[in-house]
This record gives sequence, structure tokens and C-alpha cells, in this order.
Amino acid sequence: MEPFTKHTGVGVPLRRSNVDTDQIIPAVYLKRVSRTGFEDGLFAAWRGDEQFVLNQEPFNRGSVLVAGPDFGTGSSREHAVWALMDYGFRVVISARFADIFRGNAGKQGLVAAQCEQADVELLWKLLENEPGTEVTVDLAEKTVRAKDFVATFQIDDYTRWRLLEGLDDIALTLRHADEIASFEGQRPSWKPVTTPLAAS
Amino acid sequence: MADERGRTLAEKVWDAHTVRRGEGAEPDLLYIDLHLVHEVTSPQAFDGLRLAGRQVRRPDLTIATEDHNVPTVDIDLPIADPVSRTQVDTLRRNCKEFGVRLHPMGDAEQGIVHVIGPQLGLTQPGTTVVCGDSHTSTHGAFGAMAFGIGTSEVEHVLATQTLPLRPFKTMAINIEGTVGESVTAKDIILAVIAKIGTGGGQGYVLEYRGSAIESLSMEARMTICNMSIEAGARAGMIAPDETTFAYLEGRPHAPQGADWDAAVADWRELRTDDDAVFDAEVHLDANELTPFVTWGTNPGQGLPLGAAVPDPTAIPDENERFAAEKALSYMDLQPGTPLREIAVDTVFLGSCTNGRIEDLRAAAGVLQGRTVSEGVRMLVVPGSMRVRKAAEDEGLDRIFTSAGAEWRQAGCSMCLGMNPDQLQPGERSASTSNRNFEGRQGKGGRTHLVSPLVAAATAVRGTLSSPEDLN
Repeated sequence: MEPFTKHTGVGVPLRRSNVDTDQIIPAVYLKRVSRTGFEDGLFAAWRGDEQFVLNQEPFNRGSVLVAGPDFGTGSSREHAVWALMDYGFRVVISARFADIFRGNAGKQGLVAAQCEQADVELLWKLLENEPGTEVTVDLAEKTVRAKDFVATFQIDDYTRWRLLEGLDDIALTLRHADEIASFEGQRPSWKPVTTPLAAS
Repeated sequence: MADERGRTLAEKVWDAHTVRRGEGAEPDLLYIDLHLVHEVTSPQAFDGLRLAGRQVRRPDLTIATEDHNVPTVDIDLPIADPVSRTQVDTLRRNCKEFGVRLHPMGDAEQGIVHVIGPQLGLTQPGTTVVCGDSHTSTHGAFGAMAFGIGTSEVEHVLATQTLPLRPFKTMAINIEGTVGESVTAKDIILAVIAKIGTGGGQGYVLEYRGSAIESLSMEARMTICNMSIEAGARAGMIAPDETTFAYLEGRPHAPQGADWDAAVADWRELRTDDDAVFDAEVHLDANELTPFVTWGTNPGQGLPLGAAVPDPTAIPDENERFAAEKALSYMDLQPGTPLREIAVDTVFLGSCTNGRIEDLRAAAGVLQGRTVSEGVRMLVVPGSMRVRKAAEDEGLDRIFTSAGAEWRQAGCSMCLGMNPDQLQPGERSASTSNRNFEGRQGKGGRTHLVSPLVAAATAVRGTLSSPEDLN
């Protein structure tokens, strides 16, 4: 994973709450077995509407999405994060994120920055009044800046550290391989295994 | 002293699976007892293993099935959609290469991943269960800590059989009383979600408690825990009891003999201590519940069936008002219309929420001797091949087909429309599934979430109905 320290890009106001992952990428786009190429599915149903924000200059070049509360609810599909990143987004700002989406974002290097809803409203107004306004998200100091606007955001410290360092989760866990093996040695023998049963 | 305080069920299961405690901001490392795999969220995870030269650490704690993409007709033929076929073929190759047990399309044990785990007896009290699917919360009905994960985490579990996680907060959902006739587990959980909202459970594991929960069957408990994610929760749990043990005893992977006795002794400890403290508590009176249906485009937008479509102008919060206006526009509904007058084109009975044998029995009980309304299409999709066979042994399939419904093979089907079972643009469904999101069941499709009883009655009358409306 590429380290993330600071990012500046065009802010995109998405005035919707409860943007579920079926809206971020509908199920018909989940059939690929590769890890790339999901940008065509991003907000697929909404992109049919020419008024939709991503169909307008300069928002179609945006990389910082500013959304309503409860972003990423519903399905656990990591494809939602891949679609956002494949399109070019590096940060999503919202007052509330669904837990699985937030986790998936953290694994992939997409920053899920949790701001106060009042700050989201201010950003929406700024981005709508002055389209093309660039937003700077500084992960080290946990701030969002755009013109005169400054706000802090929340992100858990461990995810922040991993993103800043660009660390691979599995490699971090495997440092504790001995402890995993020792735990396994103490599991009760009656715990279920999936090994096929002998035909009786 | 915090150490002397009693623990909740969730805390007990968490503690028993902690490989190591995180220091400071570092998460705990949690051991995973059972990893369920399906074709949609696993291909990139297996690819990741190959790229890093890693193996599946515990294939004996891993099991796979094909459910999301599979057609529910002509399953003896190759899958017509080449992209779906590739995804299913990829799972087969990956399972073979990494030594993972797979129940493919047509196999006697194939079915929706959350139906087959409990059915095989693999889902057991006090275990940790994960799957690249948000409805993994279903398994919490057994007192397991079960939650959905993304594909990166699927790869992490395949490689290490663990996940780094911060402990979840705990919320008690206390439901006391006795539900009335035609009120089911589905109505209970839709009422819970309407009460706490789609974000109300964020960061929490919900423990459903109280007399109304204790009196439920395992299948009904699975319906409740299944939809915990629709309230935003990480997981839902119900303490195991005699109902749980009776369901498990004799299942293929349940412990046997002395192991069974040891397991049950352990499982009996899996209750929230009297002096434990939840981070949040919610109370619901079961006596007041009636059949519940959704009118909007998220599962929190629900009301009793006797109510009318709400008026957004009466909603004080600006964001919620805007969301309600958008939902009514998408759903093509007018404020004030009685919900009972909403006509549907399609009725879908199935899914990991309501695709088990008791759900089919309940719907068949309503449909017996009746016919599906003209112009309404009803799809009955069993949650697994075992459920399908059990239904056929009881003659339920003949009740459905005599009534004019379609009797299908097992899979996720129209719950999410990854296979050909989809709504057409503008079509409206009464669906026993779990999500009424825009386009969930097909682009432009409109979904009302309902119980199996309401689904069956709606199929007969053609408008949203409860069984009492048929008399």
C-alpha cells in the first residue's frame, strides 16, 4: 500500500445521506475477478442522470468526496472502495461511516475522514458556490482545508499510523505467528472443523 | 474495579478468542473459528495469496459455496452469463488449488452461505464466524460472534486465521412480551431498525434479549440477527439456550458423545452476567408490534402495515426530510396512501433472511387453497438445496405451484439480482429479503421488505396485505 500523508484535489459535494454500497457500485458490477477496472460501476445508476454531480465539470475530476451521514452502509463489498479509488478518489469525508466500509477503506488506502455534519454543510456550500475548489486533507495533522475553511477530522490512530506508513496488514499480523500457533494449540478439541465427514 | 464487573455475552466470546491484546491504539488479534467463502468477494483475496506466495492457513476451518451468482432454473446447464460463469469457475479453481471444501451448484449441500453453515452444524455457540458478506450476522443467533468482512480481510483470514480488530461496543435490545398473530421475527427486526435507524448500531454488537426473543425458534432468531447489519451494527447475538442445543444436536458437524457434553457445558456459560453493563440499551414492547413493511429506500424507512405513506413535509430534520422526499420519488408513492393499497408486480420469498424451511411453511400455510393474484409473479427460492428437499418432502412445493408461484433452485436470487432473477425498471416487489435500496433487486426496481406471511398474503390480494386481510 502506498503511504498517505497529505492529499489535495477537487472536492465533490454529494448531498445525500445513507449512500449504501449498492449505490456506490451495483451488484451487476461485482462479477469481475480482477482487482481493477471498477470505475465504470461507480454510482452507476446515478450517473445516468446528467444532473448528477460527477457528470459535471470540474467535479468529474474530483478526488475528495464530501458526502452526507451514514456513507457506505449495507453490503460488505470492498468493490465500493475499489470503485471510488479506481475513479480517482483518495478521500471520502462524512459525518458517519458504516463500519465495514470504513474498515475496507483503511485496508486499501482510501482515507475515510469523519467530520462534524456542520463542517460537511460548510464544505458543501463552499464547493457548490465555487466549483473546482481544492480540498487538502492532511492525515498527519488530521485536518481538512479548503480556502479559508479549516476543520479537524476523526480517524482511529492505528489506521492512521498504517496509512501514514503504508503498511501491509497481513505482514503485521504474521509477526505474531508464534502467538497464533500457541493459541491454536489450546483450542478445545470439540470445536468444529469443515473437513468432509466420512460417508456413513 | 473494572476487572470484577460481569461481562456481556459478546465480551465473553471476544475474550475467548483474543490471541493477543493490542497495546495503546493497536487492535486485538482475534482468532476466527469458521470462515465461509463464496464466489463474489473471494477471487481477489485468493489472488493476493498467490501474489505473496501464501497458503490458506486452516483449510479445515474454511468452507465455500456458490450462491450469489447462481441461476435458480436450469442449473444442470452451464451458467448463461459468461461473467458470472467465470466468477464461479474461478472459485472452483481456487478451492481446488488451496484445498478448500466447496459445495458447488447442484450439490446436495449447496445453498446460501448463511443457510448452510447452521444447517451443517458448523455454526456453534461461542464461535467466531466471518464471511465476505455483511449478512454473516445471521450466525449470531447461536451465540456466535459473527460479522461480515471485506475482501482484504478475507485474504487476511485465509492467510492467518485471525483479524486485527478493536472490541465492538455492546448494545442490549430488550424485547419483552408476546407478539400477536401474524407478527414474525421479520416484523420485530424491521421495527427495531425503524426505531434505532440504519446508523443506530454503528460500532456495536447488538444482543437481543427478553422474553419475546427467548420464545423464538432458531430460524426466527436467525432472521433477527441477519438484519443487524441493516441497523449498522457489526454483529447481532442471542444467548444460546435449550432451543439452540436442540437445533444443533445430531447435525453433521455438531460435537458427539463426550464432546457434545463438554461443548454444552461450555455453551451454558455463554450468557451475559447479571452485573454486566452494556454501552447502550434499547427497549421494545413485543405486545405492541404488528406486521411491519418498508415504504422507502433504506430498511429504517418502515411502518406498521396499517399506516399510510408518510408525509416528508412533517419531518423536522432537513437531511431526513430530503432523504424521505428522494425515497418517495424513487418509489413512486404519494404521502397519505394507505400502505395496504400499494399494488405489487412481484413477490419474492427467499434469501438468507427468510429462505429457511419455517419461512416456506409459513407462506405455504397462507397460500394453501388460494391462488396468486392475476398479474403478480411470485418466486419461491429456497435458501439451500436441503431446504428445497425438506419442502418437497412436506409437499410445500405443490402448494406453491398450485397457487401459481414459481418453485426454484437454491441461491441468493432476487435479493440482490446478480443472477437473472431481477425486477424490471419500475416494477414493484414485496420481498422477504433484507434490503430495499434503490436498484437492489434490478435497476429501477422498487422493493418493499415484508415477512413471509405478508409476502404470501400480498401475492393473493395483489396489494400489501397480512393474512387477516384474506378472511
